[in-house]
Amino acid sequence: MSHSFESFKTRAEAVSAEVHRFGTQEEATAFLLSFLQEEGVSPQEGAVCAAGTFLDGPRKDDLKVKVPGLSFEVSQAASASSKVGISQLDWGIAATGTLVQDASAVDKRLVSTLPPIHVALLGTDRILADMNSVLEHLRPQELNYISCITGPSRTADIERVLTIGVHGPERLIIVVVDDLQQVMA
Amino acid sequence: MTTQFKDSIETALHNPNLTGALGRFSEAYRVSRAKAYEGIDFETVRDEIVAAKADASSRFEELAQQFKQNAEARGAKVFRTSDPEQVKQYILDLAREQGVQRVVKSKSMASEEIHLNKAFEKAGIEVDETDLGEWIIQLAHQTPSHMVMPAIHMTKEEVATVFSQEVEEGQMPDIPKLVKFARAKLRPKFLQADMGITGANIAVAESGTLVIVTNEGNARLVSTLPRIHVAIVGIEKLVAQVKDITPILTALPRSATGQLLTSYVSMISGQVPNTDGSPKQLHIILMDNHRSDMAKDPMFKEALQCIRCATCLNVCPVFRLVGGHVFGKTYTGGIGTILTAWFDELKKADDIQGLCIQCGTCVPMCPGKIDIPKLILELRRRIVVEKGQSMGMKAIYAVVNNRRLFHSMLRVAAVTQKPFKQGRFIRHLPLFLSDMTEFRSLPAVAPRPLRDTIKEIEQPKSPEKVAFYAGCLIDFCYPEMGESLVKILNKAGIEVIFPDEQTCCGAPARYNGAYEVAGQNARDNLKALLATDVKHVVSACPTCTVALKHDFIETFKSLGESDAMAQAEELSAKAIDFATLVKKLVDEGRLTLKEGETLEKITYHDSCHLKRTLKASQPPRDLLQQAGHELSEMYECDTCCGMAGSYSLKLPEISAPILERKLKFIKETGATKVVMDCPGCVMQIRGGLDKEGSPIHAEHTVETLANRFK
Repeated sequence: MSHSFESFKTRAEAVSAEVHRFGTQEEATAFLLSFLQEEGVSPQEGAVCAAGTFLDGPRKDDLKVKVPGLSFEVSQAASASSKVGISQLDWGIAATGTLVQDASAVDKRLVSTLPPIHVALLGTDRILADMNSVLEHLRPQELNYISCITGPSRTADIERVLTIGVHGPERLIIVVVDDLQQVMA
Repeated sequence: MTTQFKDSIETALHNPNLTGALGRFSEAYRVSRAKAYEGIDFETVRDEIVAAKADASSRFEELAQQFKQNAEARGAKVFRTSDPEQVKQYILDLAREQGVQRVVKSKSMASEEIHLNKAFEKAGIEVDETDLGEWIIQLAHQTPSHMVMPAIHMTKEEVATVFSQEVEEGQMPDIPKLVKFARAKLRPKFLQADMGITGANIAVAESGTLVIVTNEGNARLVSTLPRIHVAIVGIEKLVAQVKDITPILTALPRSATGQLLTSYVSMISGQVPNTDGSPKQLHIILMDNHRSDMAKDPMFKEALQCIRCATCLNVCPVFRLVGGHVFGKTYTGGIGTILTAWFDELKKADDIQGLCIQCGTCVPMCPGKIDIPKLILELRRRIVVEKGQSMGMKAIYAVVNNRRLFHSMLRVAAVTQKPFKQGRFIRHLPLFLSDMTEFRSLPAVAPRPLRDTIKEIEQPKSPEKVAFYAGCLIDFCYPEMGESLVKILNKAGIEVIFPDEQTCCGAPARYNGAYEVAGQNARDNLKALLATDVKHVVSACPTCTVALKHDFIETFKSLGESDAMAQAEELSAKAIDFATLVKKLVDEGRLTLKEGETLEKITYHDSCHLKRTLKASQPPRDLLQQAGHELSEMYECDTCCGMAGSYSLKLPEISAPILERKLKFIKETGATKVVMDCPGCVMQIRGGLDKEGSPIHAEHTVETLANRFK
C-alpha cells in the first residue's frame, strides 16, 4: 500500500499537485483547518465543500464554527465566488498520480472546477495500480459522469510554455488519510 | 502544383516565428514523448488500439445503433447523420427551440470540420471557443494549424495584439498574464452560457459513454454549467467496449503532449443533474461525413485507427518547416492530408499530398499503426487516375519506360553537360533549372556508365553468383560505387553478374502516382534479374532494394495485376541491400576486415528506406566500426536529408532547409567524413557540402569499405 502511495505521490507531484499524507482523520482535519485559515478563507472569500463521509457529523460542525466562510451548501454562485473547493475523491491511480470520482452529483464538479484551489481528500487504501483497476470499481456502464483529475488545470497553447491554472483550479492539494475508511463503491 | 499553393509554402517558410516555434517543439517533443512511454510497451498498446479501432470500423453501423440505444436508455438523445449540413441544422433548431442565446465550446475538430461557428454567427447566436488555443484562433479569425495545439504558429506578441484588438486594449506579451486574462474573460461566458458543445475522444458502444480529455478543464465546465450539452462525435470515435478505453488513454496523452495523462478525463454516459437540480439535456450527434465510405475502402479503412494525437505532424520534417496552414482549413499534416481527401474531396488533397517526402518517420510512431506515407502514395495514384498525368510527366515516363532510349539519353547527357561541369559536379544550371543547383551541386553524369566499366573488371569465376542491381544513380553517376561493391564481393569468392537489361526501379514513377509506368519497370526488371540463377540480387541503393523487395508486389496489387506476382515474390526473397549482405558474409567468416586499423572519425546518416523499411541501421555501423572507424553519432541521424528523389526537384524550397539542418548536425560531430548507404543521399549531402565548400567528405559505405577487407 505504501509503495502505491509513494508512486502516486511522485506522479502527482510531477504534475504540480501538492500531496500530504496523514495517519489519522484528526491530523488531516487539523491540517485542513490550518490550511483554510492560512489561505484567509472568510465569509468574503469562502470555501465550499461537497458532501463526503470524511467531513460529516461533528467534524463538519466543528470546522464550520472554526472557519467562518466554509460552506457545505454547494451552488454554482457559491462555488464561483469561493477561493477553495473541498471534495472527497473515490480512488487514486498510482501509475499516473490521478484522482478518480463518481461525479454524477453536480456539487462534486462545481467545487473541483470553479474555485482556484481544490482540496481533494482520499483514503490511503483507495490508491490502486492503474486505470483498469479503477474502472472495475467505478463502472462507466453504471455511472453517468466519472471524473479523472491529474494535477491542476494547465495549458501550453501559447508558444508551448507550460502555464498552470487556466479554466480549472491552479492548485490541487491532495490530502491522503490512512485511517479514512471509504464505504462507497 | 498551383501557384497559390507554392505561395503559401513560401509565406510559411519565410515566417521565422513559425519555423522557430515548430522546430524547437519538434525537438523537445521527441524527448518528452520517449520519457512518457518509459515502462510502457508501445507495440502492445498500439496493437490493442488497432484491434479495438479496426473491429469498430468493420461494424460502424452496428456499434452506432448500439451506442444510440445505450445512451438513450440513460437519458441522452442521439442523432445520427452522414450530412454535415444536418448536424448544423439539428443544433440550430435545438438552440432556437430552447431559447439559446449563448454557446460555449470546448475543442472539437468535428465542429471545425463542418464550420459550425459560422452557422451560429449567421443565426445571431453568440459562440465562444474556450480552449485557449481555439479562442485565440477564433479571435484572430484564423483556422487551427495543428490538431492538438491550434495556435502553435503564433507568438505571445501576436496573441497579445489579438487580445488587445479583439477583447481589451493594453495586453502585454507575458504568457502567464495572457492566460490569466483568458481565464478572467471566459469565466463569465461559461457561467452565462445556455448550451455547451464538446467533441469526444472515444465513444463506447456498450455503455453509451463519451470520453473527453482536456488539460485546461474547459470541457468539464462546458459539460457541467450550461443547461444543454451537445457532443459532436465522428463515428470513427466508436469502440465496442469499456475495456477499449484504456489503451487509447494510455497512448493519446503520451503521444500528443508527452503527458502520462491529461489533467482531466471525463467519462459521460448519461444524463446528470444541472446546477439547479433539473435534468441536463444531453444531445449526442454521431456524424458520418464519409467515414463509413472510408471504412469500406480496403486501403483507407486503416486511417480510421487514428486517435488524433498529431504525432505525424510533430515528427514530420516537412511539417516543422511549413506548419499547418498550407494544408488547408481543418485537418493538417500527414493524417490531415488523408482526412481532407475523404471528408472534403480528393482534389482538395491534390497539392498537399505532394508535401509528403515519403521518409516514413511517422510510421513507427503512430499509435494507430497507420502507414501514412503509403496512403498518401495511394491518394497520389488515385489523383493521377482521376485527372491524368501532366504532359511533362507523361513525356518523361515515355522515356523511362523505354530502357534503350532512356539509357542513350543519359549517355548523351554525359557529353552535353560539359559546359556546366566542374570536376565531378555541376554547380550551376541556367534558367529555370537553377533551382536544382541553388543549394547543392549536382553530380555530373559519369563519362562511362557502370554497365560498361563493370565488364572490364576481372572477376574470379565462381559457382556462387549474385546479380547486381545498380539503379540509375550508381550506373550513370557513381559507377565507382558499383566497382567497389564488385571488388568486396569478389573477396568473398562471389562472382557478380550485371544483367544488362535492368532498368529504372520504377520508384520515381510510383512516387509520382504513375503506377502503370512503375508496373512496366517492374516487369522489365523481373525478366532481367531472374534470367540467371543467382542466390541474391544485391543493390547499394536502399530505394531500389525496397522496390525489388516490396514495391513491385505492392504496385501489382494496386493495379490488380496478378500474372507476374510469383516472380515478384521470388525476386523479393532474393533482394538484399549491400550492408546487410556484407555484414552476413563477415559474420560467416567469408570476409575479414583488416585488423588493428585506426581510421578517421566518421558520422553515419541513416537513409530513410534503409532504416525504416529495410530496418538495416545496424549492419553498416557495425562494419564501419569493425573496420576501425570511430563513429560519432549526429543529432537526428535518421532524419531525412531532403533528397527523396524528384521531391527535391519539385519542392527545392523545402528540400534545401531540410538539407541545411542535416549539414549542421553533420558538422557538429567534428567528423571528417559522413557515410551513408544511399547514392541519392550522397548526391544531396555531397552536393550540399560542395556548395558550402566544406572539407567534410560524403560517401557511400561501399566506398569507405572498398579497401578494408583482407
